[in-house]
Amino acid sequence: MSHPPTVRAGARRDTVPFVATATLVKNSRSTRSTIALKILMAVSGIVFIGFVLAHMYGNLKAFAGHDAYNTYAEHLREFGEPMLPHTGFLWVLRVVLLVSLVVHVSAAVVLWRRARRARTVKYVVKKNNHSTWASHLMRWGGLTLLLFIIWHLLNFTIGKINVQGGSTNDPYNLLVDSFDTWWLTLIYLFAMAMLGAHLHHGIWSSMQTLGLTNNERSRARAKTTGFVLAVIIAGGFSLVPIFVLAGVITK
Amino acid sequence: MRLTLKIWRQPDAATAGAIHTYEVDEISEDMSFLEMLDVLNEQLNSEGEEPIAFDSDCREGICGMCGLMINGEAHGPQVTTTCQLHMRSFHDGETITVEPWRADAFPVLKDLVVDRGAFDRIIQQGGYISVNTGAAPDAHATPVPKDNADRAFDAATCIGCGACVASCPNGSASLFVGAKITHLGELPQGQAERDSRVVNMVAQHDHEGFGGCTNIGECTAACPKGIPLDVISQLNRDMLTAIKHGH
Repeated sequence: MSHPPTVRAGARRDTVPFVATATLVKNSRSTRSTIALKILMAVSGIVFIGFVLAHMYGNLKAFAGHDAYNTYAEHLREFGEPMLPHTGFLWVLRVVLLVSLVVHVSAAVVLWRRARRARTVKYVVKKNNHSTWASHLMRWGGLTLLLFIIWHLLNFTIGKINVQGGSTNDPYNLLVDSFDTWWLTLIYLFAMAMLGAHLHHGIWSSMQTLGLTNNERSRARAKTTGFVLAVIIAGGFSLVPIFVLAGVITK
Repeated sequence: MRLTLKIWRQPDAATAGAIHTYEVDEISEDMSFLEMLDVLNEQLNSEGEEPIAFDSDCREGICGMCGLMINGEAHGPQVTTTCQLHMRSFHDGETITVEPWRADAFPVLKDLVVDRGAFDRIIQQGGYISVNTGAAPDAHATPVPKDNADRAFDAATCIGCGACVASCPNGSASLFVGAKITHLGELPQGQAERDSRVVNMVAQHDHEGFGGCTNIGECTAACPKGIPLDVISQLNRDMLTAIKHGH
């Protein structure tokens, strides 16, 4: 069995082995640290947690029927009038979400690359028995969610794609037509499982990154909050597609 | 006990290494893991083969010198150092894979020996308290609340063995840095340099090529001293405070 060399001799930046002072950092800046990147991820992530909670609540309006759902959709456009212009609130929200997405994804990419470079020679045997499956799913799960968000926006917001070929100008009917399609419901349920896992670790992790879990009790509380919120959000989102497919929510 | 050992052999830092397989017999379950390797080395010596290089010093679990990746777990299956791990944790006929700590910031020097100088350089950036020389102050001159003293002491049990880095999928040293930050930040003497300490130590941590923390918790499970994840939260909070203070 052969393995790649562990050290590329002389390739490690300005490191001079055994001459400690030669490699000390000068002019260190807090805002350029990995922790600053993590804080950016935590704050942008918290924006998304608030958003998905509100979004999930709005979706449940589908249980109140065609008119209640479409009125809610219209109210989102009228929100804040007359202080804000028509759809003004939605545009503010869109800008905040887009900025958060750019921050969250770019910080993740930088940290992912750092982590890959931190261990270029892999273990032959490595166990990760003390961490949750969800925590190891953050990066690939996050990528899955990014692809899902692109499809989701094409489906309901930007493109308005009705997979059954029907009308797209009625939000409630577009919703029912979409989730009446079994494979589309399956995609959504898979995405919600991914979202649940992402939130399960992400919520507690954001608390930890913001320095709010400095003892065992607050850590346990943050982990419980993460799990409960993840179940509520992913579960709440899943109800509508499931009940459409089951024929409970109909046109 | 009869064991099959798959051990990483690497002649020096610049040469490629590989896993070699060895057989040892008549291993007592009361031997420590390092004593088992000593037996193997005597066997290799008598066969004229180069013995396996590994780090060890106190062999009583307090110096932080030893540290091996055993069957994919830092310091093996028990929460202790490799020197305090006993062969009763394994069973007869078992195959054990032994590797050095893997992190680009910890380059392999030979076989199972890695250079953990990166930790020393992080400490040099603020893992201390600057004190003017002179007569030692009275021990009770600076009161320290019991809770703070306890937390500082718990964090100070970190022996810098590197198991946190070795077990972290991101190769992060956040638990190590967090332990030092918490240890000094809990004490009155540590306040003067608190902001610059966290900024400089983290900058050195990043500069050495350690990865970022994703709060998954493999480090604290591998830590022979049971340093909790709290210290990473404390590290993050101290960094936030330093940012607020304009560092």
